Amino acid sequence: MQTVSDICVFASVQPLDWSAAALDVAVKVLCSLGAIMLVMCFAGLSVVAERKVCAYIQGRYGPNRTAIPVVAAVPLIGNFLKKNGLMQLVADGLKFLLKEDPLPAHVGKFWYLAAPLMSLSPVLIAACVIPFGAYWSDGQLCPLSAADIDVSLVFALAVSALGVYGAIMAGWSSNSKFPYMGAMRASAQVISYELTMGLSVLPVVMWVAHSSESPLSLFEIAKAQGGLWFCIVQPLSALLFLVAMFAETNRLPFDMAESETDLVSGYHTEYGSFKFGLFFVGEYGHMVLGSSLFIVLFLGGWNPFPGVVWPESWGWAGALLSLLTFIVKIAAMLFLFIWVRWTLPRFRYDQVMRLGWKVLLPLALANFAAYLVFMSF
Amino acid sequence: MAIIVERKRLSFWERLYLPQIVSGLFITFKNIFKPRVTLEYPDQSPVLPVGYRGAPTLVKDSEGREKCVSCQLCEFVCPSKAIRVTPGEISPDCEYSYIEKAPKDFKIDMLRCIFCGLCQEACPENAIVLQNEFSINGYSRGDFVRHKCDLYAAGGVMPDKIMKWKKVRDNAELGGNR
Repeated sequence: MQTVSDICVFASVQPLDWSAAALDVAVKVLCSLGAIMLVMCFAGLSVVAERKVCAYIQGRYGPNRTAIPVVAAVPLIGNFLKKNGLMQLVADGLKFLLKEDPLPAHVGKFWYLAAPLMSLSPVLIAACVIPFGAYWSDGQLCPLSAADIDVSLVFALAVSALGVYGAIMAGWSSNSKFPYMGAMRASAQVISYELTMGLSVLPVVMWVAHSSESPLSLFEIAKAQGGLWFCIVQPLSALLFLVAMFAETNRLPFDMAESETDLVSGYHTEYGSFKFGLFFVGEYGHMVLGSSLFIVLFLGGWNPFPGVVWPESWGWAGALLSLLTFIVKIAAMLFLFIWVRWTLPRFRYDQVMRLGWKVLLPLALANFAAYLVFMSF
Repeated sequence: MAIIVERKRLSFWERLYLPQIVSGLFITFKNIFKPRVTLEYPDQSPVLPVGYRGAPTLVKDSEGREKCVSCQLCEFVCPSKAIRVTPGEISPDCEYSYIEKAPKDFKIDMLRCIFCGLCQEACPENAIVLQNEFSINGYSRGDFVRHKCDLYAAGGVMPDKIMKWKKVRDNAELGGNR
């Protein structure tokens, strides 16, 4: 565990050992790449899963025909990839890459080009502090994350909320009414639900603060769930966080930024080809990040079942299993996202605002107050 | 006159909204395991109903005689002007020369055809029949114009109980007293 002050001390006082520092940097870069790969793989796979699950819910097959000529001829695997639409993923990506990349004449060029990056990069940055698993080292549990900082919860929430600037920049710079309306809705919605999200996390932090010195660390929060998970201890907090997360990630039923029925396609109406692809991946990346946060906060992190932890004696197998557990949980959460999307209709804008300010915020405050009273006794 | 509809007040349970969401989720979840309704078209073909109106074709009778006598009624009735008949005479050395006329060429432009079936209704000889073909493709406009040979190849044989022209011939051989 490095605190911010530790890093400062290390930089200013200690003489640098360059080879060790270089190795450290290399390891950190590899870890970050690992975290980014994990998020991007899940973002890609959730696109396929979205199409498949929605097809199944609607009684269709979904994409099952796209085939890469040589790969499709491989026995068993080829047919498996084809039937499950995994090559459709490649085709979609290639389509985004190879399409003409138009730059409309009426847009604010700089912000228009910066917006897709702004929507994707916060996800990848925030992914670096998520503990995707844990391993035992010298009798101590250490997180499998690229950066283990003591305020990672605040960091993740703050950075992932930056993603909405992508939508706002896109909407503003597009110089067109529908993107603009989409962006305004997105920003209003994020402001409303950010409050609920923050307030629903506080009881968890208070709970962890009993046993840990740095309760704002995602690793400590997940570690504290070796016994009962927080979704069992604090169901209301979990529910509020879940609803706020749906709103933050702009997923249906809170699909205000896009709402293609009334706003063409919302903030990315003026975008095409790869820039649209970045928004698309950013949206799914946000889902992955939101799921990871929910898992760490309420679903026991890398612990397989409530009250069960991977034992220390299993060593690296335990670490791998913890990573695997986390991955399975992310997959389950993504399925929930998709499942909810293809079940519920979209809220009207005023309903979203009413729910946010008149229902969720008072509930979150009451929840927070209740736990405040409960913990102080 | 405005009709004021009394809106039922929702109960607390209904206003919670969550039970409804959960029941909705269960409905969609059950749907995942239901059989698919998709017809995987090129691999599976649809079951066509009786009386299906596909592409129009020309048919022959059980003796292999082409039924069309090029009366051009189909051409006149065709609302989209898809049919063009070039009438011709049957050569005198042919077995059926007493029928006098047969089409020299019979063209149906499948880009114009609207599959209404009026040609089939108008035909006094039951020579033009809309059959089951529904997948009509080509690489150029010319590919969609079907000529006489294509139409007969697609039509095949349609047996005829009455055999009108056979009776005409028999009567003629009996000296015209029927």
